[in-house]
Amino acid sequence: MGQAVLTEEKTVFDIKNLNLWYGKNLALKDIDFAIYNNEITAIIGPSGCGKSTFIKTLNLMIQNIPGVRMSGEINYDHQNLINGKVDLVDLRKKVGMVFQKANPFPKSIYENVAYGPKIHGLKKKGKLDEIVERSLRDVFLWDEVKDRLNTSALGLSGGQQQRLCIARAIATKPDVILMDEPTSALDPISTIKIEELALQLKKDYSIVMVTHNMQQAARVSDRTAFFLMGELIEYAHTSKIFSAPSDKRTEDYVTGRFG
Amino acid sequence: MNSKVTDRIATSIFYLIAATIVTVLVGLLGYIIFHGFSKLNLEFLTSPSSSFRAGGGIGNQLFNSFYILFLTMVFTVPLGLGGGIYMAEYARPGRLTNAIRTCIEVLASLPSIVIGMFGLLMFVNLTGWGYSILGGALALTVFNLPVMVRVCEDALRTVQRDQKEASLALGITHWHTIKTVLLPAAFPSILTGAILASGRVFGEAAALLFTAGLTTPTLDFSNWNPFDSTSPLNVFRPAETLAVHIWAVNTQGLIPDVREVADGSSAVLIISVLIFNLLARWIGSAVHKKITASK
Repeated sequence: MGQAVLTEEKTVFDIKNLNLWYGKNLALKDIDFAIYNNEITAIIGPSGCGKSTFIKTLNLMIQNIPGVRMSGEINYDHQNLINGKVDLVDLRKKVGMVFQKANPFPKSIYENVAYGPKIHGLKKKGKLDEIVERSLRDVFLWDEVKDRLNTSALGLSGGQQQRLCIARAIATKPDVILMDEPTSALDPISTIKIEELALQLKKDYSIVMVTHNMQQAARVSDRTAFFLMGELIEYAHTSKIFSAPSDKRTEDYVTGRFG
Repeated sequence: MNSKVTDRIATSIFYLIAATIVTVLVGLLGYIIFHGFSKLNLEFLTSPSSSFRAGGGIGNQLFNSFYILFLTMVFTVPLGLGGGIYMAEYARPGRLTNAIRTCIEVLASLPSIVIGMFGLLMFVNLTGWGYSILGGALALTVFNLPVMVRVCEDALRTVQRDQKEASLALGITHWHTIKTVLLPAAFPSILTGAILASGRVFGEAAALLFTAGLTTPTLDFSNWNPFDSTSPLNVFRPAETLAVHIWAVNTQGLIPDVREVADGSSAVLIISVLIFNLLARWIGSAVHKKITASK
């Protein structure tokens, strides 16, 4: 039993005392967080609570914004990402990201998926074909696009584009996939498809999903974190957050009393 | 007066302004082409100009214009691209960047005759080359560079931010992202901008008066050794371009058919610039289609 708990509780990210400033504004306050293997971790909270900022610290995309400063620890794969010595190329190969708005490159479907592996040094056509097919199968897009791999990715529907972006992210074989409101620009049917996909993918990957849709968090996630004004208010198993939250503010938010 | 009437008045005023602009442009273009078109024939376009007798052509001038244009673009495009990439991707907002931007803007609005005088100092006297194609091309580079930097910077900036993010999030380095995502996406606008700039360079006269000169030596079009003094490719020979030729025959021409030569040359110049503009549009959209669709 103890053994089982230990393996189940294996973490990929360990975050301690994370503070983040935009210029002089403290945007994340003293966050302690852990992200567990092969789980979907949902991050909820009202607009401006810091949830998008937080998820972008995990692959250090946040550093692209001028004037950002961080302190504390983000431990991933035995290193603290904040110490400035991390190889961004390696990190982002391992921690993939999917954005709010589907952002395929204006290239062919094939080129979109092959882009990452190619630039990371894979040259062999056969191997690339294999990766493209496997990635597209993993996101249930293969059957829809296999006859038009060389046509523009921009010709796909919004939902297909978003699945293509997920395929592009998993083509580099990451450990973790970060999803920043991946369905907020999609219709309900495409949304359900992405959610089902996320549930499939968690067998092989750890997923962190920012969402403003509480039903979504309840439907797909194993654990849910509630952020408010840059603070992590509560973080627990999803069932607990939605049925018996310990903090009054969490309860108010998940029952729709504000936000 | 109620708002519906005001709206109607405003609409008609704008239509009137648009009509005026179109009339002026079409009138001008029509006048030049109408007067010059009858003059255009293969002989006029290929034979050398004459100094005293009637019946001279513009062959050398046409060649010079394209040659100088070509050299100018060879210098400008890489420099402009580099400057544009720096301004769009690497320059951090701050005093230095603002200073650079101000310099580029001032340079872009510098009167071309001033650039001509600068060229005279730098590329004619200081280098000791005398009037030369190379000097002319370098002066035009100075003239054209700020525009190219702007074109490239704007083209890169209009590439959607999320494309860049997508690439960076895949662990691709900044330079690789520029090379494989930003530049291909910006390429159609850069190409369009470069072709439009070519039109401007092609018609430029003032910057060339004191750099490439007002004369062309006798050229031997069968001699393509660029180091030979009679070779058309020799970059150290003086070269009168088409735009300069128009100015020269009008102000100091001794030929009896000044009017015809000037009309014909103007028509060729205008038609060339027109072709540049149409090409810019067609090639730009064709390349855009090709890049965004299949590979």
